[in-house]
Order: sequence, then structure tokens, then C-alpha cells
Amino acid sequence: MKRLLFAAALGASLLGSTLPAYPAEEVEVLHWWTSGGEARSVAELKKMLEAKGYKWKDFAVAGGGGENAMTVLKSRVVSGNPPTAAQIKGPTIQEWGAEGVLANLDDTAKAGTWDGLLPPVVANVMKYQGHYVAAPVNVHRVNWMWVNPEVFKKAGAKVPTTWEEFATACDKIQKAGMIAVAHGGQPWQDSTVFESVALGVGGADFYKKAFVQLDQGALGGATMQKAFSVLRNIQKCTDKGAPGRDWNLATAMVIQGKAGMQFMGDWAKGEFTAAGKTPGKDFLCVPAPGTKGAYTFNIDSFVMFEQKSAGAKAGQKALAEAIMSPEFQEIFNLNKGSIPARAGVSMAKFDQCAKDSTAEFQGSSKSGALVPSWAHGMAIPASTQGALFDVVTQFFNSDMSPKDAAQKLAQAGKTK
Amino acid sequence: MQTALAAAPVPGSGSVRGWLADTLPKAVLAPTLLVSLIFVYGFIAWTVYLSLTPSRLLPNYEFVGLAQYIALFDNERWWVALKNLAIFGFLFVFLGLAIGLTLAILLDQRIRIEGFLRSLYLYPMALSFIVTGAAWKWILNPSLGLEHLMRSWGFESFSFDWLVNPDRAIYTVVIAGVWQSAGFVMALFLAGLRGIDDSIIKAAQVDGASLFTIYRRIIIPSMRPVFFSALIILSHIAVKSFDLVMALTAGGPGFASDLPATFMYSFAFTRNQLGLGAASAVMMLFILAAVLVPFIWAEGRQRRHDR
Repeated sequence: MKRLLFAAALGASLLGSTLPAYPAEEVEVLHWWTSGGEARSVAELKKMLEAKGYKWKDFAVAGGGGENAMTVLKSRVVSGNPPTAAQIKGPTIQEWGAEGVLANLDDTAKAGTWDGLLPPVVANVMKYQGHYVAAPVNVHRVNWMWVNPEVFKKAGAKVPTTWEEFATACDKIQKAGMIAVAHGGQPWQDSTVFESVALGVGGADFYKKAFVQLDQGALGGATMQKAFSVLRNIQKCTDKGAPGRDWNLATAMVIQGKAGMQFMGDWAKGEFTAAGKTPGKDFLCVPAPGTKGAYTFNIDSFVMFEQKSAGAKAGQKALAEAIMSPEFQEIFNLNKGSIPARAGVSMAKFDQCAKDSTAEFQGSSKSGALVPSWAHGMAIPASTQGALFDVVTQFFNSDMSPKDAAQKLAQAGKTK
Repeated sequence: MQTALAAAPVPGSGSVRGWLADTLPKAVLAPTLLVSLIFVYGFIAWTVYLSLTPSRLLPNYEFVGLAQYIALFDNERWWVALKNLAIFGFLFVFLGLAIGLTLAILLDQRIRIEGFLRSLYLYPMALSFIVTGAAWKWILNPSLGLEHLMRSWGFESFSFDWLVNPDRAIYTVVIAGVWQSAGFVMALFLAGLRGIDDSIIKAAQVDGASLFTIYRRIIIPSMRPVFFSALIILSHIAVKSFDLVMALTAGGPGFASDLPATFMYSFAFTRNQLGLGAASAVMMLFILAAVLVPFIWAEGRQRRHDR
């Protein structure tokens, strides 16, 4: 404790900042960023808060894509002792808001002009009933296709920009004795591919109608049937070992040149760069066929929980400010492979994929083709998402007809 | 129990010691009783209540009657889970008993290195289901395990892809589960076999009964209590099976190898449908009761008969 106070005092004197009324007030943050680049990203946030004189209490719960963390969070909230902030995203923020346990960040947001810095689509996700309750840290693009150009060259195939071209390319790669599509057969991965297909086949307006408004006609209609038949073609381009495979092992197949392409969000880039590959040369990041100019986003955010003491509230405010600062958004996203959620961050240090992503993010935000990724919990509640997952994954793993699948999807869309 | 204690002559017969002998067991047992009342029966009651509420993310105590059960039986995935439980439960218990009994009878033939073989068969039980699941996942994976090995040895047409075949995936869970449990059942049966009075068998031999007849008419029927214990242990493992499926197939491909326990976890904890998850947990309790209560009742009646 003595050493800590000393460090806090030293930090304060060095930085010339004034300590808040409660020295070393704890800021407790629940997250599940425990692996490599993600852990480094969180460490940056910790450093920034400690520089401001707060004590960072790490509350990392690893595993299960956050499922374990959510279970712990629920028990903490029910017992009346929530952490300062927790990594929660998408419509789940609304569900927590409805429980009446979130803090209001409007003052901080006004002071930091968040409304001007965030695209309206993103700002809406961060608000509950018009009030800011969360701060975004990054934007992932989901509708990427990761390509190993070497494989395409060997097979004499062209990188596809439409689903028709995709079928030809798949054929050529398979004939050359390689795997066309590296895929991991887990429900969320099946749906990650499917949402890119649906966006490519039906366009952004169709996508929004089907997966944001859950319109019965769009979910069960002819366009959706066509999307399912394209998904069937993709399934035929995968290998036999796909079921149950983790996404990063599928990415490794593309890196090693065993497979030609993978449909996955830009967290896959971390695997390529960790293997020492350069974007544009050793691997390509291109939009999934038919989705150029459209953008499915997956935004991570920290939701703030209502705190009792004034000191804790001050710490929370400092945390929100730190998350939205350009310095943090830059360094965090350089580590994570995503792009900053707010405007006004220099992209100079980012690689080509991130620069492309930013350009498309801004372009699609203006054209209205910026859509939430439903496979990553950005569009619809977890229960509906789960029901849609069940249909897509069942279609992927059986010989169901596209017509039946679309019908079932419409049925699943009614799940509350 | 109490009368036995009171009737037992206490040496030195101090009333304090008598009181102590009477109270101490109760005092020692009380905390355990209290803990199991709260943490077993209390939470069962809570789960039953939650299954009658519209709870989603967090518990909510509004009463909606049987709506969650109606939604549950409308859910296709729940029926898949039930069907899988029927297949898995029956095969796991039946094969576990059959293989366990066979191994026990073979080991009982006074063979050499019996001790070594016995522990060899018993070892899988020392592993957790997670380890069993992970190991079998690699063995059965077509591009890593058995199929890959056979093909690289030159058997090009060898195919064993049950793990990735939605119609067969549940059987891989049976294989791994039986592999783990058969040794344990064997140990139970072996103990039972060793407990049979030799003189009965000798008498049967004198009467000229063949070995097969001795087993069929004398030994196996006399192991009825062992069958009963093994059945109870295996069937409750089957109904609550979770870790094995999670490690082996994670319910996949798709949800083809879902079991009620994985269904419950997925709905209660990842899909924010706590009420529906609670309803499925209550159904699991009913399934277990439906299987076990008749057995326990029949066994109890038999005992009274024997007396």
C-alpha cells in the first residue's frame, strides 16, 4: 500500500496532474481480452488511467467468447455490487438498460462532443432511451474475405468479386487439389459467412429489412432462398474436417497455403501479421463477393454501471474519457486489428486493410450501407440471434432445401 | 439407531457421555443437512419457480404459468436434444453394463496379471470427461485422427467420419462415454462376482451344470444389487452429461449432438432466456425421476420381500 501511494504521488508529481478527492480510487473493468494483442490493448487503457491517478482493478474472465464473463457479471449485478464498467456490446446494452443498472454518461459525452465524433448508427448502439450508457472502443468489419494470392495463382483462378465468379474460382482451386474455402463449422462461423452472403446477394436494404427489422417477407422470401443456395455452394467448397474447427485454425490454413480463402471479420488479420505476413503481398483483404461499398460492423464497447460513491463516479468518468481519447483509440486498434470508432484519429500508422476499412466505414455511413452484424450480436437480441443461428447451422450441416431454410428462418425470426 | 444407542451399555455410564453420544452425531450432521437443504433442494425450488417466470437476462419474478414449457416443446432443438438423450442414454447404459459385465467375467477366470489388466481397464475412469472428450475428438477427427492414419498407411478407401456427420455425431459421444465408464462398471461387477459364495457354485458343478449355465442361472441373477447400483450411476451420468459433449462435439455439427444439459446451458447463459433454460432443467429432473424412481421403488419392495 505504501509503495502504491508513493507511486501515485510520484505519478502525480511527474505528470503535474492534480489527484482527485479520493486518491487511488478503484476503477474495476470486466473484460475478456486475455490473449496476445487484446491483452496488450487493455494494458494501454490501464496505463492511461493510472497516469490519471486511478487504481486499475483488472476483472478479466477468460473464455467462451464472453459467456463466462457474463455469468460472473450477472451474479455481481444481482448482488448489488457491479463493476465500474464491463465489456458488453450491441442490443445486449438495451437489455441491461432495461434492468435499470446503467450509469448516464450524457455529461461526459456532451463535454467530449461524442455526437459529432461517432456516426449516428454507432451512437445509437451506445445509447439507452437517448442517453449515452456506453463508450465504443473499436470497429471490426465482418464482411471481409481473406485471400492467399499464391493459391489463386497456382490454380489459375481470379479473386472473385461476385458469387458467380466465386463458384468458378472454387472449382479451379479444388481441381488444383487445394481447399477452396477454409471454414470452421461452429454456429457463429456458419452465420458469419451467411450474413456476408445475404448482404452480397440482397444488398444493404434487404439486409436491414431481414436482419434488423426481422421482416417476415424478407426472411422467408426469394432473395433469402437465393442466399441459402449460395451458402450451399460455399459449403461444398469447404473440407471434411471443418465441423467444430476454431476460426484461427481455419485462418492458419489460408496462411499456410492449404486453402484459398476465408470469410471472417478483421480479427483474422492478427493471425496473418503474427505469422509475419504483409497485407497486399502475402495475403489480400477484399470485401466478400458482392459486398463492396457495404459494411457489416461489429463494435466492442464498455458499458458503465451505476456507482454509489462520488469517487467511483469520478473514476468512471475518467475511464469513459480515456476510452474515447484519440491516443487510446489509435494504440488499442493498432494492437487489435480493428479501426477506431471515433472520427479524428490519425490513420498514418495503420496498415492497408485498416485504411480500406476506414474508407469503407465512412463511405457506407453516408450511403446507408453501414449495417450491424447480426452474427456478432449487433443487430438483434441474443435469443433471436440464437434461433437464427440454429437454422443457418442446421442448413449448413444437412441437405435441407433453400426454400425450407428460408421458411424456418422466418419462423425463427419471431423468437422473442 | 437411537434405540440402539440408548440400549448400548455406556461404560462408566456418565450421563454427560450418554448425552454426548446421542447429540454429537446430530450436531456433526446438522451443517451438512442444512447446506444440502439450501443448496440442493432450495435451488431446485428456485429453478422450478424461475421456469414459471418470463426471466430473460436476470431473474424476474412475474408469474406466467406454463408459457416457458409450451415454448420449450415448440422448440425443434429441444426435440433434437431429447432424441439424442434417448439414443445416448440407452446405448451408454446398455453398452456400459454389457461391456463392463463381460470384462468382469473374463477377468474372473483366475487369469495371470489380473491386477495389471484390472487397473488398465479402470484407468479411463481417473480421467475427467473433458480429457476423454478432447482425446476422442482428435482420434475421431477425419483429417487428424483415425481416418487420416489409416489412409496414410495405404487404406485409401477407409472412412470414419462420424464426428463430422450430423446423423452419426451422437454415436461418437456414446463411444467416448462407454470407453470411460465400462472399466468402472467392470470394477463394480468384479467386486460382486468375488462376493458370491463359492459353495453354491461348487454345488452346481457337482450337479453337472455347465459353466455357461452357472453364470446364466446363478451368478448373474445373484448380482442384482450390482446391476441396480451400476444402472443408477450410469443413468444419472447420461442425463446430466455435459462436459463430454462440450469437449467432444460442442453439440455439433450444428446442434446435431445437443443434449438437454447443453441445451439448458446455451439458452440460460448465452441466449438470455433464463426462464426457458430453467424449464429445460426442470424437465431434466423429471426425466431422471421418471427413470430412477420406479427402480428405487421396485428395489425397496424387493428388499422388504426378502426379509
